[in-house]
Parts: sequence; C-alpha cells; structure tokens
Amino acid sequence: MTDAIDTAKTGSAAAPARSVGTAQIVILAAGLLFLLLAPMFLYPIFLMKLLCFALFACAFNLLLGYTGLLSFGHAAFFGGAAYFTAHAVKEWHLTPEFGLLLGAAGAAFLGLIIGFFAIRRKGIYFAMITLALSQMFYFFCLQAEFTKGEDGIQSVPRGHLFGVIDLLVPTNMYYLVLAVFVIGLLIIWRFINSPFGMILKSIRENEQRAISLGYSVQYYKLGAFVMSAALAGLAGGLKTLVFQFATLTDVTWQMSGEVILMTLLGGIGTLIGPIFGAGLVVTLQNYLATSDFPVTIITGVVFMVCVLLFRRGLIGEFYASRLGRKLGFEHRQ
Amino acid sequence: MSLDQAKTHEQPRVVLSARGLSKTFGSFDAVKNVDIDVLDARVHALIGPNGAGKTTVFNLLTKFLQPTRGTISLLGTDITGLAPDRVARMGLVRSFQISAVFPHLSVLDNVRVALQRPNRLATQFWKPMSSLDRLNGRADELISAVGLGKERNAIAADLSYGRKRVLEIATTLALDPKVLLLDEPMAGMGQEDVGVIAEIVRNVARERAVLMVEHNLKVVADICDHVTVLQRGEILAEGDYATVSEDPRVRTAYMGTEEA
Repeated sequence: MTDAIDTAKTGSAAAPARSVGTAQIVILAAGLLFLLLAPMFLYPIFLMKLLCFALFACAFNLLLGYTGLLSFGHAAFFGGAAYFTAHAVKEWHLTPEFGLLLGAAGAAFLGLIIGFFAIRRKGIYFAMITLALSQMFYFFCLQAEFTKGEDGIQSVPRGHLFGVIDLLVPTNMYYLVLAVFVIGLLIIWRFINSPFGMILKSIRENEQRAISLGYSVQYYKLGAFVMSAALAGLAGGLKTLVFQFATLTDVTWQMSGEVILMTLLGGIGTLIGPIFGAGLVVTLQNYLATSDFPVTIITGVVFMVCVLLFRRGLIGEFYASRLGRKLGFEHRQ
Repeated sequence: MSLDQAKTHEQPRVVLSARGLSKTFGSFDAVKNVDIDVLDARVHALIGPNGAGKTTVFNLLTKFLQPTRGTISLLGTDITGLAPDRVARMGLVRSFQISAVFPHLSVLDNVRVALQRPNRLATQFWKPMSSLDRLNGRADELISAVGLGKERNAIAADLSYGRKRVLEIATTLALDPKVLLLDEPMAGMGQEDVGVIAEIVRNVARERAVLMVEHNLKVVADICDHVTVLQRGEILAEGDYATVSEDPRVRTAYMGTEEA
C-alpha cells in the first residue's frame, strides 16, 4: 500500500494535476459499488432524488468551480428541462431516452440565450443577469400553455427505455438514473481535462493574459455555460421521469440558491464535492420533512457553519487535509 | 535574399504605426497626440519618467484600452476598432508590466496554453489532455531557449520574480508574433536574467519588431535601435540612444539621476 501511495505521489509530481492515483481509483470504485448496491438498503426514490440533485450540482460546479462564473439562474435549466422532457414523453410520446436528450438540448438552448447576455459582465453583475433572465423564464413557465401553470405537468409516463425496459419497475428506473449520473460525471471529467478545459483554467487564472494570447475568452465562457446548462437539464429531465411530474418549484430562484448551497457545502472545484453537498442537503430535507422545525433554518445554519469552519467545503477540506494529501489528492487554492 | 537584406537595411518596413493617439481619463489627458512607427527587425524603446503614459500607450496599441482619438495600423490594416484578442491573433502580442503567468499551472503548461490556439488544439472538449503532448517538443524548445529547462515541471507561482518574467517571454514567443510589445521585461530582475532577456530580445528582433518599455538605460543603450521618450503623455524626443541622451530636455526630465 505504501508503495502504491508513493507511486501515486511521484506520478503526480511528474505530471501535476493530471494523473489519477491509486487511492482515487479505489475510492471512486468504492463509491460506485456503494451506489450499485444502495437500493438494497435505502429507499430508491430517495436515492434517485439524491443522484438527480448531485448531477445538477456537479453541472453547476462546472461553471462555478472550473470557469469561475457564479450563476444565480441555474434553476431555469434544471426546471426548464423538466418541462421539456415531461412534454416530450407525455404529449409527443417519445421514449424516455429521447425525452431526456430533448430536455438537455432545450436547456442548452436556454443556456445559449442566457449565457450570451450574462458573459458580457463579471462577478455580481453576471449573477444578477442570470437571476433576472431565469426569473423571466419562471414567469414564462407560469403563463405558458404547455406548462399547465400552477398545476404543472402531472402523471408523466416513465415509459419503456429503448422501447423495451419498463421504467415503472423501481430497480430499472434506479439503474437508468445511476447510468445517466455516471455518464454525466464522465462528460464533466472529460470536459475539464481536455484542451478546452485547459483554456478555461487559464482564463480563470489570468483572463487578461489569456486575451493577450489571442483567446476570445467570451466564446470559451459561453461554451462552458452551455455545457453546464445542458447537464443541469439532463438532471432536471431525469428528475421528471423519477417523480413523474414537472412543476414550478424547479424553476424558482430558491432552486438556483439550493444548488449553490450544495456546491459550496461539498467543495467548489472538486469533481465529487457537489455530490456530497447534494447528498447532505437532500438527506436533511428528507429527514426533517416531517418535523415541525423548518428545514430552511437547519440548512441555513449548516451553511453558516460550513462557511465559518470549512471554507473549502467538506470534500475540499478533506483534500487539503494531511490525510487527503497523503492519499494523493490535490486541492487548488 | 541579398536584395531583401539590403532592403531592410535601407528602408525598414513600418509594421505598427499610430497617428494622433490620445487617451483621456475624465479630465486627465494620459496620452496626447502620440505618433509612433515601429519598424520591422528593430528594437524600439519607449522610455520616460513614471506616469509618462508608457503603459497606457501599450494598452492603446494592443487595444486593451480604446483610444479617445487617433488611429492605429498593424501591417497596413487599420486595427483601431478591433478587440484585443483579435489583434493578438493578427500577430501583435504583448507582455504585462506585472508579470502575467498562469500561477497554478506548471511552466510547461503555461507555454502549452500559448501554443494551443496556433496549433488548433484549443476548442476540443472531447479530447483527453494527453492530446496536448504533441506540443511538448516546441514547448521544450521555448523553455530551454529562455533557460527554464530545470524548472519545466515547477508550478509557475513557485518561481522567482525574474523567472516568471522569463516564462512570460517564452509564452509570448510561443505565438511567433510579428510585433512584440514588452512592458518592462527586465524590471526587478537579477543581473543574470537581465543578460538572458537582453540576448533573447536581440535574437528575436532579427525577424520581427520589438517595442519595449524599459527603465534600465544601460539595456536601452545596448540593445535598442530607436528610442522614444514620453513625458506627461507627450513625445519629448525621438531618435537613436546617443541623440536622445544628449537632448537637454531629456536630461532635465530624468534630472541626470537615472543616467547610466
């Protein structure tokens, strides 16, 4: 084991931040194994909800953690795609896989429009433009015909995956959610570890220098924005299939805030941090749902504690700790 | 070949030129009516006391700032209305006064980022990072050319100030620019690095134009063919170093203190 750790270390010294050490592989494999076996001892609907939000948070983190853009309007993509997918499978009778793809494509298109305006500004102005445009989308959803206003789109059929696998069977549905979640993570991982991701990193590090090297930084930011929106949409569409409805809740600004909370709790700029952040928030919501005590107060307190004590988020702190560094994790400051 | 050489000796081509360049910040005229011609295969120095507007001129020429008045042309094309990244792609590349590297990237990655765009390897989001390895050969050439070979895998933030500046020059050269604008490339450097950079600048200028802001007058005397002196946003004097340094107005502006 010591040998393995040493190899991981020297490996990362030779090619910083690019090699995947043995410890990481072991931990990822354990996580995947846990998720594969989880429905045996945990309530599948709860797990599926958790995975949908985890993917949503990871998609959001692609923008905040890897591009340095704080969007306050990601609910538009999550909730928007939920409507698109619901409409596609209910009214157009598309199979679930096409419903999901259509939801993601719709979210990407929304991302293109919102991103086009937002990337022209920075910092708080960027956040405010995304908030304003997503609120416009909220009112569109409230008024539009196909979203059914306050009622939302109800009794959305889960249908048959590829026309054969019945998704009403909870196990089938669960493994579809898990597969989409893993594919989503792989897309994110490839995106940030690609030539494009390298330019994104350089823009975040020193935007002026990137411009002076001839990069049209706006296009790169827009690219990341659209990718983040598409994946957030994938998560939203998935949630619709799980719960079989799409409502206004998912397009509200509170939802945009929730995903920020999840990402910050888990650790910005770490691939798996947002998964834990989402897990924590969803678990809290689930267990406190029946108590008289308002959930938002608890999550608010957790958030404050996190900001005061673990500024890097749960996973970020772990990476930066001695144990984390021993295992070969790195945390960028 | 010989004809070309003869040509460059007699009538060097103007590659970057500005006419009536002015920039006003509120009621403050930072740059007033500056005309400048940067010639191919020459090192052109822009000197002047602090606050003379040297960096502002740089920002205007590279379009990081939009001039209030005046025109700029690069290789015969009017670039007055273009965006800075566009100008960089046309071959006008600058360095910054405060060293501009990507701090959390390694030396190698810093140079590779610069090489990615000209090699059409910047937009692929589906390819693995290892696809960038084919840039390593050229990157290593540039890295050893500036003497950073030993620090190849070091994180840029861990380099000394002088080494960071050297790295910045390497990334600038990676773009193979037609015109190089260097903003105080030797400020804060040890004597050894100053020698390295002077040598590089001299070499680079064989094939392209260099415009540099420099405070070290010994360096200016050694490597610059042409000197423009700015004071309070205006051109005070122009010519080769000998002519300029004899100019009584320049001597007053510098009050003899920085005379090498």
